[in-house]
Amino acid sequence: MTETVQAPTEAQRYVGGGVLRKEDPELITGQAQFVDDIVLPGMVWVGIVRSAYAHARINSVDVSHAREQEGVVAAFSGADLQEEWAAALPCAWPIQTRSFPTETDEEARLPSHWPLATDKARFAGDGLAVVVADSRGGVKDALELVEVDYEPLEAVLELDEALRDGAPAVHDDFGDNKAYTWSLGDGDAVQRLFDEAAVTINERYWHPRLVPNPIEPRGVVVQPFPAMGEFTIWSATQVPHIAKITLALSLGIPETKLRVIAPDVGGGFGSKLNVYAEEAICLAVARRLGRPVKWVEERTENYVATTHGRGVLQEMELAATEEGKVTAVRARLTADFGAYYQLVTPGIPLLGAFLYAGVYDVQGYFFECTGAFTNKTPTDAYRGAGRPEATYAIERAMDALARRVGKDPAEIRRLNFIPPFDQPKEVASGLQFDSGDYERTFDEALRRIDYEGLRGEQSERRQRGDTKLLGVGLSSYIEMCGLAPSQVLAALKYGAGGWDAATIRCHPTGKVTVVTGTSPHGQGHATSWAQIAADELGVPFEDVEVLHGDTAVSPLGMDTYGSRSLAVGGIALWSAAQRIKEKARLIAAHELEVAPDDVEFADGAFRVRGVPERAKTIPEIAFSAWTAHNLPPEIEPGLEATYVFDPPNFTFPSGTHVCAVEVDTETGEVEILKYVAIDDCGNVVNPMIVEGQVHGGVAQGIAEAMYEEAIYDEQGQLLTNSMHSYRIPSAAELPSIVTDRTTTPSTTNPMGVKGVGEAGTIAAPPAIVNAVVDALTPLGVTEIGKPVTPERVWRAIQSAKGGAS
Amino acid sequence: MRRVAITVNGVRHEAEVEPRQLLVYFLREQLGLTGTNVGCDTTTCGACTVLLDGRSVKACTVLAVQSDGREVTTIEGLGSNGDLHPLQRAFHEEHAVQCGYCTPGMIMAALSLIEEHGSLTEEEVRKGLEGNLCRCTGYQNIVEAILRAADELTAARA
Repeated sequence: MTETVQAPTEAQRYVGGGVLRKEDPELITGQAQFVDDIVLPGMVWVGIVRSAYAHARINSVDVSHAREQEGVVAAFSGADLQEEWAAALPCAWPIQTRSFPTETDEEARLPSHWPLATDKARFAGDGLAVVVADSRGGVKDALELVEVDYEPLEAVLELDEALRDGAPAVHDDFGDNKAYTWSLGDGDAVQRLFDEAAVTINERYWHPRLVPNPIEPRGVVVQPFPAMGEFTIWSATQVPHIAKITLALSLGIPETKLRVIAPDVGGGFGSKLNVYAEEAICLAVARRLGRPVKWVEERTENYVATTHGRGVLQEMELAATEEGKVTAVRARLTADFGAYYQLVTPGIPLLGAFLYAGVYDVQGYFFECTGAFTNKTPTDAYRGAGRPEATYAIERAMDALARRVGKDPAEIRRLNFIPPFDQPKEVASGLQFDSGDYERTFDEALRRIDYEGLRGEQSERRQRGDTKLLGVGLSSYIEMCGLAPSQVLAALKYGAGGWDAATIRCHPTGKVTVVTGTSPHGQGHATSWAQIAADELGVPFEDVEVLHGDTAVSPLGMDTYGSRSLAVGGIALWSAAQRIKEKARLIAAHELEVAPDDVEFADGAFRVRGVPERAKTIPEIAFSAWTAHNLPPEIEPGLEATYVFDPPNFTFPSGTHVCAVEVDTETGEVEILKYVAIDDCGNVVNPMIVEGQVHGGVAQGIAEAMYEEAIYDEQGQLLTNSMHSYRIPSAAELPSIVTDRTTTPSTTNPMGVKGVGEAGTIAAPPAIVNAVVDALTPLGVTEIGKPVTPERVWRAIQSAKGGAS
Repeated sequence: MRRVAITVNGVRHEAEVEPRQLLVYFLREQLGLTGTNVGCDTTTCGACTVLLDGRSVKACTVLAVQSDGREVTTIEGLGSNGDLHPLQRAFHEEHAVQCGYCTPGMIMAALSLIEEHGSLTEEEVRKGLEGNLCRCTGYQNIVEAILRAADELTAARA
């Protein structure tokens, strides 16, 4: 083999470059395989009978008529399947009442959550029975034939009602509906700062429930192998690895006999970061019948059976000097958890708990959250999870402070920013931020939107009494991503670690397989991971294949959520590449007949120092490692490495989003004139993908601010239960936005990356609502609840005028 | 059961269908053309958009029997493997695809829009796509891709 290797051209560097996605060819040609595309021989269909009532005692469930229907294979009540469950559905993050990190005064309240309810239905949509038929249509017919005898109970729907003394209990054994009260910080010290403060701000914000709505609903297919006691389950999930261990426990299936596959998954946004009743039910039915089964969620079913997001009421307080320098932040939350705990329901507020001071330098910090059970669909992660709520509270409150002290919102922020830092810095909530330059990002955002120009136009419109007023909204955010390290998660009572894993396999033909523990569903990991591997190993991007989402292929992993994949899984991959190179260096040195220290990895190959044309590439070394004809002593054949990365800290992406809106004071309509997003997600692997994440995140944030809200009636029926009644914005409602970046490399990991998946959704809502309130400030409007629909805006204007509201 | 003859992507298929069978399930389950996805069952999301006699329809709201004697084009009939339609290429090159679940419907809706209008403005694309929801991309790159493909297709025709 040749020992002369060409240096790669600049074009062969992939990280940071505009590489097109590897995932696209199958997605643009209809060749992708989503769960509903899977058809197995002998497969039967599963349907779930769901409670018609929000709260009702179940006297009886009669499936006999359904069983008699032609084409029906089986029908089961909850009681019929009860013996299938070895354990209840999992909650991985049970939070107890305590003052973090010290006092703990009671055990966490964990509601019993079985895949099918047998005693009481606790929300409209709670699963009560299962029908199995030989066709999709047959299931729909059979569902109608199951008879449930309900004894309706008073439903507990609103937070204040749920926490009232003597309220009907969602879970009888708890007696009341309080889930926990969890607090952080020295309440007395913070109170002193409030007592001493020249200015205090006290605001209340409500975050309506949101329905995540990935365009692919959930779905499950199970193939049982009865003779072997084995099962393969395909699920539209973000978390195949977490599903494997928890479903094994819930079903009593040895973990070694359960394989979970997340095939192509059509979006998740947190709603597929869960382990659901239907996954357990399909496994149980497949085990009972010994036949493959399939369940695919209908959209109206998705609205009640898949977790919701938000549902949080905040009291947000700032203590400040006369000039507007914030000295302390106090946030008190009440959170609506719905009827049960899903996978991480009680932990969601804690993901924001440390971030209520945002990017501002404060002394005092206090956070408290009380969670409550209600007779509604469980809430859980929705894009941003806890951090949009925190950012909304601090960024809305900063505008309130600016109004109070008579300063421009930009000036008040500049007065309070944490100064630039490039080494970890402890903040008042106790976190160590990794790196940041918040004012630089802020300045760039204001420059790009022409902030001064907009303020000029705003005052002109006001002076001439224009009915269409201009508003400018600022939002400087910080988030914490890459949930880690594992010891901190232990202190927070999270049930798993924060690590992730990657394996690199260098094949004798020069091709490279990357196996990742992350589980993408639109984020483009196959592309970004191939960029990293190609650069680190000096091989062409096209020669790298990335495998994911199958527990048999990728046994180690913690999956994809919380903008963690690059900052944890990507670093595991980068680190595995270093392990490959450690071994490859020894083989290269042996073949080049020099000492290992005399070999360096440069320009994509191992080269003899001072004689760079004497070199060995990774593909050449992979071939040598495979033939094993001439390996150094004690070196095993093969070139493969695995690395499990447990990050030492979170990462802290940040940025400023600013928007200009026009508000029609006669109709209440809001139009976004310009939106600028400047994000700092650390170093970037694929700028095109990063930009796409910001586009999508901002769209979801605008949707939250202006359009979306889950609305229930007084009986606990979800009125906004379809894409007709729940308003997801289309292309016609959303603007094109300007995106750009600043970069402060993370100090948490060797690539300096931070994460970007949730940034837009975190930043956008306060930018929009601040802009609308800013437009209407001369009319005396100081608060409009989300979503800022024309009706709400119009009512706020009328109310400020002293008219109808 | 009713007997129908439907030409799909240029191939004539004769089949027995239940009167209630939706076109989308005829395509997906009887013909195995799973590129057309189902997102909402209520004609809102547009993931199931196909062309019926050259015009976009939502295949979850058309019965198979209504398609009898007519021509259907799905994403599989558009182009594949090395011979991509300009819209498919533009969706790839403009990063208009994330999870990809809405993509086939989005491309078919865009094709119909271009067929109707020729070259398009951003506003026409945005209004024309009102019936197709995407939850990942914020639509910005989808709009870019369609504008680019529209220019390319109208230039090719001129």
